[in-house]
Amino acid sequence: MSASFVLSLAFGYAQLALALAACFAAWRVLRGPRAQDRVLGLDTLYVTAMLLFIVTGMRVGTPFFFEAAMVIGVLGFVATLALAKFLIRGEVIE
Amino acid sequence: MIEQNLILVLVMLPFLGAVITATLPVNAHNAAAWISGLVLAAGLALMAVFHAPVAEGRILRGVVQWVPALQLNLSFRMDGFSWLFVTLVLAIGVLVVIYARYYLLKTDPVPRFYSFLMAFTGAMLGMLLSGNILLLVVFWELTSVVSFLLIGYWYQGQAARDGARMALIVTAIGGLCLMVAMLILGQIVGSNDLDRVLGSGDLIRAHPLYPLVLALFLIGAFTKSAQFPFHFWLPGAMAAPTPVSAFLHSATMVKAGVFLLIRFSPALGGTEAWFYAVTGTGMATLILGAVIALFRHDLKGLLAYSTISHLGLITALAGIGSKGAILAAIFHIVNHAVFKASLFMAAGIIDHETGTRDMRRLSGLMRLIPLTGTLAIVAAAAMAGVPMLNGFISKEMFFAEAVDWHNGTWLDNSLPYLATFASIFAVAYSLRFIATVFFGPPPVDLPKEPHEPTPWLRRPVEALVLICLVVGMMPGTTLGPVLNQAARAVLGPDTPHFDIAVWHGFNLPLQMSLVALLMGALLYLVFARQIAAGPEGPPLLHRIRAQRIYERLLLALSWRLPRLLHQRIGTEKLQPQLRILVLLALTFAAAVLWRQLAYATEPLANPLSPAFALMWLVGAACALGAAWQAKYHRFAALVLLGGAGLMTCLTFAWFSAPDLAVTQLLVEIVTTVLLLLGLRWLPKRREEIAEDQMLSARLRRLRDFVIAAAAGLGIALVSYAVMTRPLIPNIGDWFLRNAYKEGGGTNVVNVILVDFRAFDTFGEITVLAVVGLTVYALLRRFRPATESTNQPEQQRGEAAAALQDYLTVPGVILRWMFPAMIVVSAYFFMRGHDLPGGGFSAGVTLAIAFLVQYLGSNVRWVEARLTVLPIRWMGFGLLIAGATGLGAGLFGYPFLTAHARYVDLPLIGQVPAATAMLFDLGVYALVVGATVLMLIAIAHQSLRSARLRDQDTPEAESKEAA
Repeated sequence: MSASFVLSLAFGYAQLALALAACFAAWRVLRGPRAQDRVLGLDTLYVTAMLLFIVTGMRVGTPFFFEAAMVIGVLGFVATLALAKFLIRGEVIE
Repeated sequence: MIEQNLILVLVMLPFLGAVITATLPVNAHNAAAWISGLVLAAGLALMAVFHAPVAEGRILRGVVQWVPALQLNLSFRMDGFSWLFVTLVLAIGVLVVIYARYYLLKTDPVPRFYSFLMAFTGAMLGMLLSGNILLLVVFWELTSVVSFLLIGYWYQGQAARDGARMALIVTAIGGLCLMVAMLILGQIVGSNDLDRVLGSGDLIRAHPLYPLVLALFLIGAFTKSAQFPFHFWLPGAMAAPTPVSAFLHSATMVKAGVFLLIRFSPALGGTEAWFYAVTGTGMATLILGAVIALFRHDLKGLLAYSTISHLGLITALAGIGSKGAILAAIFHIVNHAVFKASLFMAAGIIDHETGTRDMRRLSGLMRLIPLTGTLAIVAAAAMAGVPMLNGFISKEMFFAEAVDWHNGTWLDNSLPYLATFASIFAVAYSLRFIATVFFGPPPVDLPKEPHEPTPWLRRPVEALVLICLVVGMMPGTTLGPVLNQAARAVLGPDTPHFDIAVWHGFNLPLQMSLVALLMGALLYLVFARQIAAGPEGPPLLHRIRAQRIYERLLLALSWRLPRLLHQRIGTEKLQPQLRILVLLALTFAAAVLWRQLAYATEPLANPLSPAFALMWLVGAACALGAAWQAKYHRFAALVLLGGAGLMTCLTFAWFSAPDLAVTQLLVEIVTTVLLLLGLRWLPKRREEIAEDQMLSARLRRLRDFVIAAAAGLGIALVSYAVMTRPLIPNIGDWFLRNAYKEGGGTNVVNVILVDFRAFDTFGEITVLAVVGLTVYALLRRFRPATESTNQPEQQRGEAAAALQDYLTVPGVILRWMFPAMIVVSAYFFMRGHDLPGGGFSAGVTLAIAFLVQYLGSNVRWVEARLTVLPIRWMGFGLLIAGATGLGAGLFGYPFLTAHARYVDLPLIGQVPAATAMLFDLGVYALVVGATVLMLIAIAHQSLRSARLRDQDTPEAESKEAA
């Protein structure tokens, strides 16, 4: 059992697990019931997608997935923040 | 060579005069008149220079390259015919300027008048001298436009506005027809050069498109020359100041149509269709105009219909097309211009002195204004065709042509009778003009007490009447040479010399003239009283008026039809609009792709990845959910849309488009915030809508569902077919091969954007700037729906007060994130040329960085500390991008040619440096500016409406107290 085989197995498992996590998050987004649940679901979806970018990048062996992950990491929360503020205050920028 | 330049000077001179007079102060009567007069006089002096070469039969030319690719050059040519016409325009122009100087009131804004007059002269000269048929159309339309402006000079009056609009619509439609005719002519002949077109008559007449060309050409010429049934705009144009009527609408502009007929008769004429259409229309107009003129009570109305009638006479001659007829037509153009201009001026004097133009109120003016009266009587006699005056001679020539045998058709055979009939009416209306205005009992209760005008108002009339007399008595020695020269220019060098004499013996034309004079006088004497008492128009006929038909048509086309269409298919609701849009797209796509959509036999495919399959499932579920919730649960739909967008980005990355994935992610984030900002201003959902449960609503929703599903599935099918198709060599390969070699970058997407397709990008960022500014401008006057003007629910009550500083911790973190985001933005920008990134994504990143600061606190807090000037960012961006493009010009390359090289920087080493990077900097700055501008414009609405609420509350309270 070589190291690369273990690694690819691990990546495959990680991808699948992340995808399942995304499915559950999406279920929350779809179902609600409250708006806050949907927002949290979307935020989880963003984080899951970021991790999937990184894992896929490692599995395929290219650096090109990194930028997308970085954008989600640095800026992905902005959407969540705006949605949350809308719920708390009724407007995004006051 | 000198002549070449002089022709260009001649055409440009009036336009120069127009610019100068337009800049004069409003009350500079004398200066404006002097400048205009001198410009026209200088033009006349130039014409004197041109006379000698033109008399030798030479054609003078002046050419400036304009759009050589379209065969559209500023090419001007002058031969005998255009020489005569240009001289006529300039000479009448000088007289009109003198007349206008004393005619216009002190209070009129004269610079506008003279500058339009100069512009008209320029356009007319350009039209007459054009050596290129497309250029001719350009100047032709320009005369229509200036005529519109001049008729509407006293735009305070309803009649002036209506008349101007009617003239413009009719003549401009004719101009469009003419343009199409000229384009087809150019195609048939293979050149837009006037000489070549005129020389290819046989080719044109044999061409299958000849009837179409002829019809369009004639519509152009007939509308301009007010031929039946397009004649009705000319009486309407009489709302113009009298100098304009004299200049444009009798002497020059309306002659442009007949000029064109005569000019193009060698190319288009000589066929049966030409004879019937042109001569038939001309004769119909001649008779109709003469008959209606007799029954008009308005002095200028009579003259206008008389002008229409005389234009019909010239048209009929052009239709006959024999050598003598062409000569007679040219002669009559000159004669008519001379006597009709003087008559209009005289009518203007009468109007000026008495305050009315109604012939039923005028009478016996001979005692009060004897000099003007005498002049008008002579001119009117010329109009009637009394011997020893110029109108008589050309009319005799017309009679001679009418009597001559040409082709033996019924129209040709009936010409003498029709001509005599029209002439009877011409005599009658001329007689009516003289008899009612100048003779009879002294006038009673006129608006003004008439007396002789200032001598200079009369001088132009005197000059013109003198010409009437001189030409009438000595036609052969005065106008003979130039007329023959003009006819030779039209008909070719082998045209025989015509002797124009007063006396031809007691022949048939003279007998026709005498019959017309006698019968005309009799007609007027018998019916004078009935005519004066009758309606404004001939009996019975006055009810059918072309103008009425035109107005009906205009009403139907510009008012009823659009409203009907709007009622039927237009809507202000979004859903029906989208329905129409989607249905149209569906129909066209189906029509194009029906049975054409082939699937690849061996589809391209990646091995199935269970993780990504699941992710797509998530994306699809989110998209469906968003569509499901879109109508009543906007917030939920927005969140779901975020999920679907995220999965799209994932797909881009998976399909090896990391660049696109990054950009799409950034756009996704900005869009979410933008939609949320807008959501604040949308009215709240109404809880229950009863109609929503009714059968019709359900059916409607079902129908919409079917349409939406069909469109969505269609797009999916097409995408699948395209994406699974085996790769074929395409332009993408070229880009991939050459991106580094030619553009100096390894990120092909970025190289395409900033180098290969930089011009497109330049256009796109310009559009982005326009959109940004438009959004900003629209939002400045934004008034939200009444139900959303109040403070949001969440901000009212005690719970809100307790949550006052709920954002303290996130706010601090966001402030700390600001520099980090700027670094990310810089990172994207710097590496963009070689690796994923680029000006656009970097710009959006920076915009988000600014936006986050607004999110973390409030507008006042941010703007007290951080000044973003989005409009300057945008301006800077556009300028940088444009300047980079122009910079290529300094090195002799076309616009936006990029240059790439490596630069050695100390300590850092080799650094790639491409001018494309500078261009990208422009894109970057513009994207930052536009995005921030739009977001902040919406964000400021909260501030604005809070301010409005503050203003309203005290007012409401004070009202209640009162």
